[in-house]
Amino acid sequence: MKYVMLIAGDEDVWASRSPEESTALYERIRQWWGEESASGRIVDGHELEPSPTATTVRIGIDGSTTVTDGPFIEGKELVGGFGVLDVSDLDQALKVAASWPVPGDVLEVRPIVERG
Amino acid sequence: MAERSAVDSRLGDVLREERSRLIGALVRILDDWDLAEELVQDAAVAALEHWTTDGIPRNPGAWLMTTARRRAVDRLRRRARYWERMAQLTAEAREMDGPINTEGPLGADDRLRLLFTCCHPALNREAQVALTLRTIGGLETSEVARAFIVPEATIAQRLVRAKRKIRDARIPYRVPDAAELPARLDEVLSVLYLVFNEGYLATSGEAPERRDLARDAEWLTSLVARLMPDEPEVLGLLALMRLHLARADGRFAADGSLVLLRDQDRSRWDRPAILDAVELLARAERKSRPGPYLLQAAIIATHALAPSWEATPWDAIVTQYDALVRIQPTPVVQLNRALALAERDGPSAALDALHPLADRLDGYHLFHAARGELLRRAGDPDGARRANLRALELTSNPAERRLIEERLA
Repeated sequence: MKYVMLIAGDEDVWASRSPEESTALYERIRQWWGEESASGRIVDGHELEPSPTATTVRIGIDGSTTVTDGPFIEGKELVGGFGVLDVSDLDQALKVAASWPVPGDVLEVRPIVERG
Repeated sequence: MAERSAVDSRLGDVLREERSRLIGALVRILDDWDLAEELVQDAAVAALEHWTTDGIPRNPGAWLMTTARRRAVDRLRRRARYWERMAQLTAEAREMDGPINTEGPLGADDRLRLLFTCCHPALNREAQVALTLRTIGGLETSEVARAFIVPEATIAQRLVRAKRKIRDARIPYRVPDAAELPARLDEVLSVLYLVFNEGYLATSGEAPERRDLARDAEWLTSLVARLMPDEPEVLGLLALMRLHLARADGRFAADGSLVLLRDQDRSRWDRPAILDAVELLARAERKSRPGPYLLQAAIIATHALAPSWEATPWDAIVTQYDALVRIQPTPVVQLNRALALAERDGPSAALDALHPLADRLDGYHLFHAARGELLRRAGDPDGARRANLRALELTSNPAERRLIEERLA
């Protein structure tokens, strides 16, 4: 069963961390990601550039498109990355999410629709 | 031949006891919640017919299980995933070729699995409550709706959504392992306690057809206690509920108005039930360091054993609250501790203890009602009146409203 794990956090909190703290945290994430990937629980995923690099495209009901600067979700918690999990059930997926090493982050776990 | 009415009532009793076990076993085999419920319903209909003509079997639960399983096999034959599922059923299917087995072992584990799935933290509290009452408690959707005074369609929708999430997000059907158990059990106990309080306090007023949810919650908790006899918090919650129920008769006067603990006629309490609950509590206390339910039950037990309000050992109660505050430092627990403190050390000591809670409990009617009473005793009638007015503003329960109105009169 595959799930997407969206990883969100407060970018201000990230920005407030000292360079040393950031480096240490990135090292922990790298290690964590390495372990979860080696075990096969994470099969794909990426870190995303910060939200100012985001561009939102809206398709109107009439089919017209509008392009705006920034992410489409307003709020403090912004998606900063995602992982694709391949585990047996939701409890396993939640266990992976709960072990994410960044204090203050928020994770959303959702099943991927698999047709066929 | 058996009397139809005898069959009816026996079937009702058996279903109450066995329903969750049947559904649990079928969900495990079929991985389909709706189908499991449907098959149990079918088996119940079949039972009514067969038991009336052939008599009530020696082990009615096993009869229902075998019948439901046979129907499950029939259904599976017609399905695409037949062989896959059939492999799981082989052993059980063999036993089904013979006469109905009335001694067969029925897994208690299935009920626990079902309960932990109903109370999975990935489901919201309302969904957990509805699923637990419907699936384990065996209440009809309409009964759940009446109990919570919401439209039946709302409950039906909650149940559909919850079952859909269990299926689509693949919430596993299992008893959590030792590492997760404390948190997951806590979730289960919170659901049961919420159901109990909903029945016991009846926040939304007097509905004549209202089901006694407090009794349902007590029954469910006693079931969990039978399935997990070594969990002190389960026993603690059960003792807590039983101590409340044992004193339920004293809580209301003849005209339906609420009677405070201080003024209750303690001869109306069910003394043997209190002693049973205290014994249960003692058994639980021997098992490990007490958790919040055990400590709350211990406090209620001290009250329940006291011959009168005046003869209550307030020092012991304050000490018990101190222990509870240490592991559960919520403002409501601190409020209750302050009220015990008022009896031991007087109203001023209690008002001092309440002071730091004012911000967090401003929206809680009992905080203001407690302050009102303490201010009156401390000789500040104006302050008392203001506090009681605020309490009245925040109260919807009619019995509680009457009590505050009397104070204001």
